Amino acid sequence: MTNQNGRFGIHGGQYIPETLMNAVIELEQAYNFYKNDPEFNRELTELLNDYAGRPSRLYYAEKMTKDLGGAKIYLKREDLNHTGAHKINNVLGQALLAKKMGKTRLIAETGAGQHGVATATAAALMGMECVVFMGEEDTKRQALNVYRMRLLGAEVIPVTSGTATLKDAVSEAMREWTKRISDTHYCLGSVMGPHPFPTIVRDFQAVISKEIKEQMLEKEGRLPDAVIACVGGGSNAIGSFYNFIEDKEVRLIGCEAAGRGIDTFETAATISTGKLGIFHGMKSYFCQDEDGQIAPVYSISAGLDYPGVGPEHAHLYDIGRAEYVAITDDEAVNAFEYLSRTEGIIPAIESSHALAHAIKLAPTLSSDKIIVVTVSGRGDKDCAAIARYRGEDIHE
Amino acid sequence: MSNIAKAFENGKAFIPFITCGDPDLETTAAAVREMVKNGADLIELGIPFSDPTAEGPVIQGANIRALKGGVKTDKVFGLVRELRTDVTVPMVFMTYANVVFSYGAEKFISTCAEIGIDGLILPDIPFEEKEEFLPLCKKYGVDLISLIAPTSENRIGMIAKEADGFIYLVSSLGVTGERSEIKTDLSSIVKIIRDNTNVPCAIGFGISTPEQAKSMADISDGAIVGSAIVKLLEQHGTAAPKYIGEYVKKMKDAIK
Repeated sequence: MTNQNGRFGIHGGQYIPETLMNAVIELEQAYNFYKNDPEFNRELTELLNDYAGRPSRLYYAEKMTKDLGGAKIYLKREDLNHTGAHKINNVLGQALLAKKMGKTRLIAETGAGQHGVATATAAALMGMECVVFMGEEDTKRQALNVYRMRLLGAEVIPVTSGTATLKDAVSEAMREWTKRISDTHYCLGSVMGPHPFPTIVRDFQAVISKEIKEQMLEKEGRLPDAVIACVGGGSNAIGSFYNFIEDKEVRLIGCEAAGRGIDTFETAATISTGKLGIFHGMKSYFCQDEDGQIAPVYSISAGLDYPGVGPEHAHLYDIGRAEYVAITDDEAVNAFEYLSRTEGIIPAIESSHALAHAIKLAPTLSSDKIIVVTVSGRGDKDCAAIARYRGEDIHE
Repeated sequence: MSNIAKAFENGKAFIPFITCGDPDLETTAAAVREMVKNGADLIELGIPFSDPTAEGPVIQGANIRALKGGVKTDKVFGLVRELRTDVTVPMVFMTYANVVFSYGAEKFISTCAEIGIDGLILPDIPFEEKEEFLPLCKKYGVDLISLIAPTSENRIGMIAKEADGFIYLVSSLGVTGERSEIKTDLSSIVKIIRDNTNVPCAIGFGISTPEQAKSMADISDGAIVGSAIVKLLEQHGTAAPKYIGEYVKKMKDAIK
């Protein structure tokens, strides 16, 4: 779906400083070579299977299905992967690619800390140096993940510029990359940024929908009626959607973080409230003011707290192939608690946005319909923050 | 011929940068007049952006101060209109793609032409994406300035061949900000530029002392200084124009 300049319809592109142009060109050439290299693919599959624990399970949530009384609900258990989220799929791919390119150092941005932990993990495994940029605000919200990254040997740099959240961590990682390119790969964590990142990350995450398809055909002998996933930058969602894009009968639903509501300023729902712009290397939709200043977005979820969305999602929205809905903090927290009680699965607060929509949608569909919800990560990291949201005085 | 060429008619050009509205637009206007009085050949006016990814901490700070002070794109246009009542040296805008895009590219670029802005520097528009704004820049006679970096290597000729106004040669890796030493082999980059174009070439990023400015101007057509000037604003606030004037004089004298 991409053309030469990495466009998805009008979105995407390479809006970056000249200093980085040869680096992204080199990355694109290396990726185009290795993606068809049998040895690279053998090594990556081995890492995904033996190290990360793939394929992840497609679990029939029977109690949830019966309780909601509508469509049959399956959960794609990316939370069961090593490091506890889908982020490892992309990171193992990029780290292996970086190593083949002769890079010895990985830098990354992180919001909730899941991508940072995954990058630190891959760096430890492959004997690479690792530096993670994390908004200072997020280092407080996700203190345990900061410790985890340090334990894995990574350096964590709290970012104090701007709103001290995910967008600022991305900006700082980009700045760091312009300083040091020759030995460093920027292991971008989502389907965003300049081409070729949205394509590379999507390809590495597409294993999610490849498996859903195989597992669904095996269990039900047919494709699902809907696939639901949460969207910040959009990596687990594009991974969940990608192999269904041509199957027009499968509804693809992305769940954005509405924060305190899309009619408030405290929201991160880009497609619902943003407009077309150019930022962080790509043309896409962004939350911004009338002068093009990027808005300080808000969500209870550090991983969805980003003012933009990946260019392929923007395109899927434009052409009407995917739907995007906004889920509030309250709805996500309710879903977090609901899945914990009903199925004994504590989902990440990010994934809880997708679950919240499934809770709304399932009862409106008949019992012969099937929906798949991607549980992108596990919720251990969120317990203290959710407890505080409910008024309990718990700190990590 | 581009109006920007005038900047290179008085020996080596000294090109100061200032973020508009840091700390307020009156101070910016006073600072620009001091720069011109003291020998600045071309003024780079920064329109603040919330997330300036090519800037180091000093200019990031200026962007934040300016936005907190309530600067809007229209107010910057107003500033330029006022300056053009007596300031005749070439002036260019330095900002980010989204500031131009969100304003409406045609409305932004035609306004630039109307108020006397001669060029646009957009660090997040590389050669591959220049079609985003180049046709409109050509239509209204505003030069879209090309940047060349130490990592450009095989791209230098391609970029130089199509350059307009002047070429902004980035001295070293990284973001804007002062550096104690500039180690890049810039002479060999300038040579490739010269082989491909007659458009003048000025060097920026990391220059703060008269000695650095002189050594950069010696191998090119001029020196660009941003962070060192923004630092004076950070230190002296509304009293900064006087100090900026003195600084510009010292720098221009060094490179003449």
